[in-house]
Amino acid sequence: MYSFDPTEEQQMLIDAVQRYATNDLRPKAHDAEEEGEIPEKLIEKGWELGYLQASIPEEFGGFGERSLVTGVLAAEELAYGDFAGTLAIMAPGLFAIPITIAGSLLQKENYLPEIIGGSWKAYSAALIEPAYDFDPMDLRTVAIKDGEGFLISGEKTYVPYAAEAEKMLLYARMGDKIQGFIISKGMEGVEIGERQKTLGIHALPLYPVKFNGVKVSADNRLGGDEGHAFEPILSSMQLAMASMALGVSRAALDYAIEYAKDRDVFGVKVAQKQAIAFMLAEMATEIESIRLLVWEAAWMMDNGKPEAHRQAYLALTGAADMAMMVTDRAVQTLGGHGYIREHPVELWMRNGRGFAMLNGLAII
Amino acid sequence: MIDFEIPKPIAMTMTALETVAVNMMRPKSRYFDEHEHEIPWDYITFMHMAMRQTGAGSLAPAEEKKKEIPEGKERPRIGYQQLSFMLEMLSWGDCGMYLDTPGGGLGAAAVEAAGTSEQKQKFLARFRGEKPVFGAMAMTESQAGSDTSAIRTTAVLDKDTNEWVLNGEKIFVTAGHKSLCESEGFVVVWATIDPTAGRAGMRAFVVPAGTKGVQVSKLEHKLGIRVSDTASIVMQDARVPFENLLGSAEVIKEPTTKGFKGAMATFDATRPLVAATAIGVARAALEELKKILEKEGVVIRYGLPRQKITAIEREIIDMDVMLRSAWLLIIKSVWMADNRMPNSKEASMAKLRAGDIVNRITQRAVEILGPLGYSREFLLEKWFRDAKISDIYEGTGQINRLIVARHILGYTGRELR
Repeated sequence: MYSFDPTEEQQMLIDAVQRYATNDLRPKAHDAEEEGEIPEKLIEKGWELGYLQASIPEEFGGFGERSLVTGVLAAEELAYGDFAGTLAIMAPGLFAIPITIAGSLLQKENYLPEIIGGSWKAYSAALIEPAYDFDPMDLRTVAIKDGEGFLISGEKTYVPYAAEAEKMLLYARMGDKIQGFIISKGMEGVEIGERQKTLGIHALPLYPVKFNGVKVSADNRLGGDEGHAFEPILSSMQLAMASMALGVSRAALDYAIEYAKDRDVFGVKVAQKQAIAFMLAEMATEIESIRLLVWEAAWMMDNGKPEAHRQAYLALTGAADMAMMVTDRAVQTLGGHGYIREHPVELWMRNGRGFAMLNGLAII
Repeated sequence: MIDFEIPKPIAMTMTALETVAVNMMRPKSRYFDEHEHEIPWDYITFMHMAMRQTGAGSLAPAEEKKKEIPEGKERPRIGYQQLSFMLEMLSWGDCGMYLDTPGGGLGAAAVEAAGTSEQKQKFLARFRGEKPVFGAMAMTESQAGSDTSAIRTTAVLDKDTNEWVLNGEKIFVTAGHKSLCESEGFVVVWATIDPTAGRAGMRAFVVPAGTKGVQVSKLEHKLGIRVSDTASIVMQDARVPFENLLGSAEVIKEPTTKGFKGAMATFDATRPLVAATAIGVARAALEELKKILEKEGVVIRYGLPRQKITAIEREIIDMDVMLRSAWLLIIKSVWMADNRMPNSKEASMAKLRAGDIVNRITQRAVEILGPLGYSREFLLEKWFRDAKISDIYEGTGQINRLIVARHILGYTGRELR
């Protein structure tokens, strides 16, 4: 039976996240972007909202059950505040959520309570590779059997907090499967490069990482001896990106609306011109319809529908296009002012371009 | 709780509807496209019988009888959702032929939206009789399209006989001919009781078949949906009883825009449904396109990055996104209607998005198939022509953008013209 109403608990979470995103994350976004650093206190406050903690079962120290629907609702609200900040707050999830989904019992017991027990700590994942045709289902980083363990070689890019992270998940191709491996700080053969410079999300520290024949023991393969399926992880990454695209787009639309209603032109407000008003109407329609696509994919994931993975792929495809269209038009609505960094729309436009290629930077 | 499961009662009817679409509509699509103004009686008779048996009805779901539902145990309302699915499937069959479905169409929808319960009982009963009966709505005039406040058809009360006397000419009346000439149906005519009052003067009148002074003066020849008749109707001193004015008796005294708002309420209810018909056409075109490509050995590889796929694959994947997201927008807006939530913004969003994507998909489908797409050997060129109406009737894409813009900006019609 169709319903588009979040549950009471979800609504409470949305409200709490929204308050934080609006009152804390957004006001700091500009300086964080310019300085290339997100204040620790800000991240800690976001961490305390307990989004990740609520995705992990009680037996491993959390207080909830993972739901993709809840995940997309919360991620949209967070990203409404700031995309880079959202990625920072959710970085521990890059390690913890795949372990929750696919880890062995031992791995869950070993890692989950520690990650979610205290303050925010840097964790990461290395998925994206520096190739124009990067394909998460066909990685160039390769893991081969080496005695009891594995030997991994390859090159990764855009690894958040690579320099600080205690642990990260490294994704590599093993035969025709994509498998995750647990990498600890300081392991031999892990070569972390200089912090990267990108089009957007300057506030988030990203690094290239080379893996030169890194030896990983058998019990550090995600899922243990059996390994794991990669699709559920990939789809959850796609839906994280897609829902953040919704948040950034909605932020851009709201800002454009507010500006257009305030800006005088030819004796009226610029929003009273159909050329602007129609653009805004199309942006709103685009966001609303793609949001439903994202929700449906998340619902399919939660309910184990066989078409869920294709739907998640379609959702991110649509969301990435939406984000580019909406953020571009938000800049256009502000005209010359939109091009100036005092207004956030140019940042959102730079972020908007990223959703098509940054899949792997977050998971819900 | 957010839920995307198709309600069981709807899922159960879809197979039957698909059978109708496959067996009764598709095989006749080409014939009626090439024989404009012929009437698909086989389809009409079948649908009439089927609808009488199942109790399925007009565009607007009939009000549920309150007696049957024990207090506090109200069943979830899914009437509009059911209609969306039904219309989508029938339009997947043939969106023009769907418009020939008996049962009252937009005329009955207007009675449902603006009529009193006595009027609903009185006027809607005719659709449940032995023979198929049609209903229509007459709004547009040659000088008044989207600007419905500019209509000039007048209604004057003859106090001696307590009858309304209607004068004027309506154009673009869908199923107007079948309502007045091929069955004992009616047309809901929008007219002004005070030409100086603009919208405040507008009222809706039920004009039944057989009313003296009413004549179908023209049948249009169209780009698409040719199997659906589009009539001009002339009224010269046409008289209808006082009670044929839709709404309570007070609506004639009040110099308010209640009548106009009644018309607009009809559109809030029917816009997502018209959008659903667009989705039916879009899905038909996309499925056919995929089928032909598959026969040619083109496999669509989902899940790959864009850098690795062909231009055709990218187009198809984008179409999948458009089709699904537009459909979900419709589902949300009719879910709101079923739950009595104001859905004017969502209804217009659904309509404008569906109008956009059906044209985009059918236009691209014809292009992708090259000479095959342009050929009348396939139905794609027909769907390309059929699609265009979805962005025009029940509010053009531009009118719906205006409505959405007013909502999101918090502007009145005066502030955003």
